[in-house]
Amino acid sequence: MCLAIPARITAIAPSGQEATVTLGDVAKVVSLALVDDVAVGDYVLLHVGYALSKVSAEEAERTLALMVEAGLMEAPPSAAPSPTDAR
Amino acid sequence: MRYIDEFRDQAVARGLAEAIAAAVEPGREYRLMEFCGGHTHAIFRYGVPDLMPANLRFVHGPGCPVCVLPIARLDQAIALAERHRVTLCTYGDLMRVPASGGRSLLTAKAGGADVRLVYSTQDALALARREPDRQVVFLAIGFETTTPPTAVALKAARAEGLTNFSVFCNHVLTPPALRAILAAAAPDGVQIDGILGPSHVSTVIGSRPYAFVPEVFGTPLVIAGFEPLDVMHATLMLVRQINAGEHRVENQYTRAVTEAGNAKAQALVNEVFTRRAAFEWRGLGWLPDSALALAEAYADLDAERRFPVEVAAAREVKGCDCPSILRGVKRPTDCRLFGTACTPQTPLGACMVSSEGACAAYWSYGRFRAAGRAA
Ligand code: SF4
Repeated sequence: MCLAIPARITAIAPSGQEATVTLGDVAKVVSLALVDDVAVGDYVLLHVGYALSKVSAEEAERTLALMVEAGLMEAPPSAAPSPTDAR
Repeated sequence: MRYIDEFRDQAVARGLAEAIAAAVEPGREYRLMEFCGGHTHAIFRYGVPDLMPANLRFVHGPGCPVCVLPIARLDQAIALAERHRVTLCTYGDLMRVPASGGRSLLTAKAGGADVRLVYSTQDALALARREPDRQVVFLAIGFETTTPPTAVALKAARAEGLTNFSVFCNHVLTPPALRAILAAAAPDGVQIDGILGPSHVSTVIGSRPYAFVPEVFGTPLVIAGFEPLDVMHATLMLVRQINAGEHRVENQYTRAVTEAGNAKAQALVNEVFTRRAAFEWRGLGWLPDSALALAEAYADLDAERRFPVEVAAAREVKGCDCPSILRGVKRPTDCRLFGTACTPQTPLGACMVSSEGACAAYWSYGRFRAAGRAA
């Protein structure tokens, strides 16, 4: 129930209260009642029909860089198993 | 999709797994509780336990809103729909959850009660506008993530003067539940060396409300995103804190969580809701200041006041270990009904119904076969 999915804003209604977002190939109309200062092109976390928060592109990059770096620091590389989608 | 695929990258996962394996100290135990059912789900779906060293294990927490809803509240909701003949709307997760006497919202619906599934509080409002002759009650449930959308709906109903809309409120708060788990001593309690903190709850409340976790209990907490790499990265951050003998709140999920959280959502919630003196949680019992009710200014939209119901004492399903599982004391495989009488097709307890429940996660991803290791 707490799941929220990143979606990209493609249009904002003139009222400023609703936006159209895309999730992969799906377009959806969502409420903007819980966020401020969003613009077309921004990514937001979508939760039960509402944009819950913005996703920061810079922070996402930084986190990914930290993850990669953490993996590189540990030498020597061994044959650790990789994650598999068990579904 | 962006912000999803890159956080499931296998090569990066391998690197993180190696980093964790190299970081853990032999002879030390790392028991990490993931509070959220969303994390439990990610951990099993991606086989994260198989990537972890033998002395690190995940303890599953109570962060599944459907699972912690006490049966008495569900009995009340069913009674409300049946006796007051209202239209009861709720999120899909709740429909099949077993209530007392083998009933559920679904069986109530089959018996003629007007129970409807909605995707959003906006749908419940639209229903009330469309059918002015029906009383529409939104059965609200969820943690801090799901509370602001209910607040928006209540404000809109008030602004429009909708007289046929009300809310049966079951919103609960994460920090009091964390406190209860950390404060519980053996044999009811479970040893926890670090906590993977909530993802989307934290987008709303921010990272500050967890300060008591290290301050009062000396336990490190790392707020983690819901993707598998987020879980592994946060695990590494916890291992480093534990090794260094530190205990701090750290934020791994910086792309969506800030220290202060979502101020707009918090203001709405503060306006529309007030704290209950205490609320019952399945598994954790009655916890003070752990849930929300409608504020006095919204009392006329409170379904509990508009449609009072009395119900008999709730009956838990015999043999269902959900309460102990929600405290992290037992694992799904410890339940005698797991996989025999209780499966997702014939769920006996909420932990098997909800996709965030630990029993459902064990069952769906087949990890229960390796439970000795994986849990
Ligand atoms: S397996 Fe079913 S009966 Fe057992 S604890 Fe889980 S939900 Fe309850």
